Amino acid sequence: MNPEQILFYLFGAVSLIGAIAVISFRHPIYSALSLIVTFFAQAGLFVLLGAHFVAAVQVIVYAGAIMVLFLFVIMLLNLGTLSAKGAISGKLKGFAVILGILLAIEGVYIAANAISDPPDASAEAATESVNTTTYTIGELLFNEYLLPFEVTSLILLAALIGVIVLVKRESQAEN
Amino acid sequence: MSLESYLILSALLFTIGVVGVLIRRNAIIIFMCIELMLNAANLAFVAISRSLGEASGQVFVIFVMAVAAAEVAIGLAIIVSVFKHRQTINVDEVNSLKG
Repeated sequence: MNPEQILFYLFGAVSLIGAIAVISFRHPIYSALSLIVTFFAQAGLFVLLGAHFVAAVQVIVYAGAIMVLFLFVIMLLNLGTLSAKGAISGKLKGFAVILGILLAIEGVYIAANAISDPPDASAEAATESVNTTTYTIGELLFNEYLLPFEVTSLILLAALIGVIVLVKRESQAEN
Repeated sequence: MSLESYLILSALLFTIGVVGVLIRRNAIIIFMCIELMLNAANLAFVAISRSLGEASGQVFVIFVMAVAAAEVAIGLAIIVSVFKHRQTINVDEVNSLKG
């Protein structure tokens, strides 16, 4: 086994264990912390794939900004006492897990078979040659994908206005 | 590592997210599971981007992250306001549109 494979299995196992921990912990704080572990492991996988910029953005935006939002909301609502009655009944849970296993089998089958058309040798050659730097991504982002980039700024503006309206209506209602 | 192993890992992570949405009733944890699914899609994007030798997939990942950030901000604001009205964020109890 070469080092890349060892790292792939390590990061993959950590991200899977973290993801299972997210859905199995009772307390939302533990779920949030497990989610951070999963995000870090996925950043490691991105580094293995040669996507260093995406890995950095993953750590800064996801593990940094978004998870801090989650933790702040959990802290604000003080959910620890409420979450105990948050689970569904055993029969429904078993049904959901069976459906999930079916979905996993389908997903693995598709992932293992659908992309097997191109010969592996040429695919491996392509993976060795590609080296996506921040420069490459920036060039694509501001030339080919300029319109989607600007639309993204509109989405962020809409989210900003939406949050302000939501909070404002509440403070008026309290008055 | 081959493209298939990354895609299989991505499919497994996505499935865990789906199962989490199905079995958990806490709105915040359902949100975290949606983030898990978005991340699984990101992993598939980056893996296919490397396999094709093109950087477009990584640009899409950046768009997905921007949309996810907006979605989390709005969603958590909604959860906070629902909690202020109902004193609960159990999605089974929040089942009517009436405020």
